[in-house]
Amino acid sequence: MSQTGIIPEFVRRQSFIELDGRKRAQSLFDEGTWKELVGPFDRMESPWLPLQGVAPQFDDGCIVIKGKIGGMAAVAIALEGAFQGGSIGEVSGAKMTAALDLATKDSKTGKRTAAILLLETGGVRLQEANLGLAAVAEVISSVLALRPHAPVITLIAGTVGCFGGMSLAAGVSSYVVMTREARLGLNGPEVIEQESGIDEFDSSDRTLIWAIHGGEQRVGMGLADALVEDDAGKIKATIRGYVQADLPLEYRSEQVEFYRDRVTALDTSEQINPMSLRQRWSNKTTGGLQ
Amino acid sequence: MEQIEFDYPAAKRSITKRAHVGVVGSGDMEVLMEPTQSEGAHVSITTSVDGFQSTWKAVFDRFFSKFDGAVRVQINDAGATPGSVMLRLEQAVEVINQ
Repeated sequence: MSQTGIIPEFVRRQSFIELDGRKRAQSLFDEGTWKELVGPFDRMESPWLPLQGVAPQFDDGCIVIKGKIGGMAAVAIALEGAFQGGSIGEVSGAKMTAALDLATKDSKTGKRTAAILLLETGGVRLQEANLGLAAVAEVISSVLALRPHAPVITLIAGTVGCFGGMSLAAGVSSYVVMTREARLGLNGPEVIEQESGIDEFDSSDRTLIWAIHGGEQRVGMGLADALVEDDAGKIKATIRGYVQADLPLEYRSEQVEFYRDRVTALDTSEQINPMSLRQRWSNKTTGGLQ
Repeated sequence: MEQIEFDYPAAKRSITKRAHVGVVGSGDMEVLMEPTQSEGAHVSITTSVDGFQSTWKAVFDRFFSKFDGAVRVQINDAGATPGSVMLRLEQAVEVINQ
C-alpha cells in the first residue's frame, strides 16, 4: 500500500489553528502580493501595560496585512490570541480601526477592498479599561462604515474563540466563518458561571460549552455563515469565496424584530436542547454562501 | 517587570537582515534582531518576571560565544525558560542567515 493510502488526510493537512496570528493572516493572501503594515519593527507597543508590570508586544498583538485575495484587494487584521488573550487595547484597536477606515476610503473611490478580521480574543483588555471599550466602539463603527462598500469577513478559527466586545464586531460583519474548534459568544463560559452560578453554566463542561458557543452550533443556528475544517487550504478557499462574493442583501444585525420574535417564541419552561434549536433556527436567513 | 541591558562589544560582524520571531505568550517571548550602526551587539530585555538578571546574562554569554553579529537585540518576555530563550534566539539567527 502506498504511503499516502496509510496516512489519513487529517494528518497531512496544514492546520490553520496551529499557526500564529501573523502566519494565519499571511496564509490567506495570493502568493507574493502581501505586505505587513505597522509591523513589529515599528514598535507600536501599548504604553499602558509596562506601567502595570506586564511585558508589552512590539505589534500590540494586532497584525495588519494588505494584499490581494483571488486578485482582489483585501486587508486582513489578526488578533494574536497568545498575547494577553488576544485582548483589544488602545494601540491594537487603533490599528484595527485605521486599517478598516483605509479599506473604506479605497472602496469608496472605486477600489473595493474587503476586510478579514481574524478574531481570537476575549474582548477588551482589562488593563486598558475605557480605552479598550472605546476601541471596540470605534471598530464596530468602522465595520459598519465599510460593509456597504466591501465585505467584512470575520474568521474565528480557535482555540481562543471570540468573546466580549469583539463578538459584537463579529456580529455586525458581513460574513462569519468558523471552525468546529472555534467559539463565539458575548459572555464567555467563566463569566456566565461567575455571574449566574454553576447551575446556570458549568464552565468546566467542555461538551456543554461547545454545544452552545461552538462553531458547528453557531453555523447551525444561523449566527455564522460557514463551517470550515481546520485546514489552511480550505480556509483560504472559503475566505476567497467571500472576498469575491456580493454583499449580503440584509445583515443579521439589522433584523432586530426577526431575532426578537425568535427569542420570544422560545418555550423556556423546559430545558432547550442545542440540537432542536439548530433545527428550528436553521441557517436560511443569513445570505451565506453555504 | 524588569528592564535588563547587556553589551557585547566583541560581536562585530556586519549583518544586513533583520528578524522578528516569537510571541509574548505565557512561557514564551518575542525577539527583534536588527543590524546596528554602532560597534558590537546590544541587548535589551523587558521581562515580566523579576530577579533573573544573572540567568539572562548566562544565556547571552553562551549565545554570543558562538554568534558574532553586530546586532541590536530587543526582547519582550513573558516568562520564557532559558531553553526557550536560546531556541528563540537561534530561530532569529536562522532568519537573519537566510
